[in-house]
Amino acid sequence: MVGLVIVSHSSKIAEGVCDLALQMASGYRQMIPAGGLKDGSLGTDPTRILDAIRSANDGNGVAVLVDLGSGIMSAETAIDLLDGEFPARIADAPLVEGAVVAVIEASTGASLEEVIHAAESAREKKSCNPIIHFHT
Amino acid sequence: MGTKIYDCISRIAERIIDNKDYLTDLDREIGDADHGVNMARGFQAVLEKVPPDNANIGEVLKKTGMTLLSTVGGASGPLYGTAFMEAGKAVAGKESLDAGDVPVILNAVIGGIQKRGKAVRGEKTMLDALIPALESFTEKMTASSDVFEAMDAACAAARDGVAFTRTIRATKGRASYLGDRSIGHQDPGATSATLIMEAVRDFLRG
Repeated sequence: MVGLVIVSHSSKIAEGVCDLALQMASGYRQMIPAGGLKDGSLGTDPTRILDAIRSANDGNGVAVLVDLGSGIMSAETAIDLLDGEFPARIADAPLVEGAVVAVIEASTGASLEEVIHAAESAREKKSCNPIIHFHT
Repeated sequence: MGTKIYDCISRIAERIIDNKDYLTDLDREIGDADHGVNMARGFQAVLEKVPPDNANIGEVLKKTGMTLLSTVGGASGPLYGTAFMEAGKAVAGKESLDAGDVPVILNAVIGGIQKRGKAVRGEKTMLDALIPALESFTEKMTASSDVFEAMDAACAAARDGVAFTRTIRATKGRASYLGDRSIGHQDPGATSATLIMEAVRDFLRG
């Protein structure tokens, strides 16, 4: 199965997102949080993200979801450091909604491409509802 | 005392640590007030983790980059981490450097930061200090062939670049959320990049 890494500046956010998303697929074992720095402070650490990506991989590749700003840059750095060892990609998706959708998709044995696509489609699901409701 | 490259890295680290509060104050005005704290934490780790007896310049620069990656925490971690790692690749295996290596290193640093930050000149970033520094170094070196004068010219151009960042709007990073309100404040990243250049210059002067 495709692995998932949840990157946040805060370890609590990363762990919380994993808890929430895993409610949807409790048997799924390849979702790894990578939040905060090793010393517990706020921030993102490419080497920690790299370790999480390696732990999440069972040979089918890893999708990475990130929160904001330097999280993206740190995840890109981690993937560069991986140096093509196996496929890993960042999903351009909202963290919480993307993680929930990605877990469902990954736990069914979908490909990395499909997991990324599903996570990215969570953006539309989130943004359109209130606006449509408001205007009709 | 360690190898020359270790001493040079130590000088950079000390300069950043000495300016921790200054960098954080600059970042408080247009960012999230953590640049000085983050950079000082990263360079403190560099002082502890980079072996003082390794004379291989490429390896020392790479180790410095990897240490910054894992300890800085903000966007400066991947940016400076990549910059130092790219610099290390550019001079891989060398145990001494000459004036010709300066533009090679600066080019690698600028390339690394551009790749990671996807920024160009004029967006109120460290590039606004580093690109003019490279240009002035090359110009002065061609004119006078004096590496010390060329380093002075590079540092002066970096300082001018920092002053220039006061006049422009941020379009990258946390400061970009401020839009026009970022005008009038100097960029903390351009400032730290200049402090690093000046520390290297002062190290070379002895």
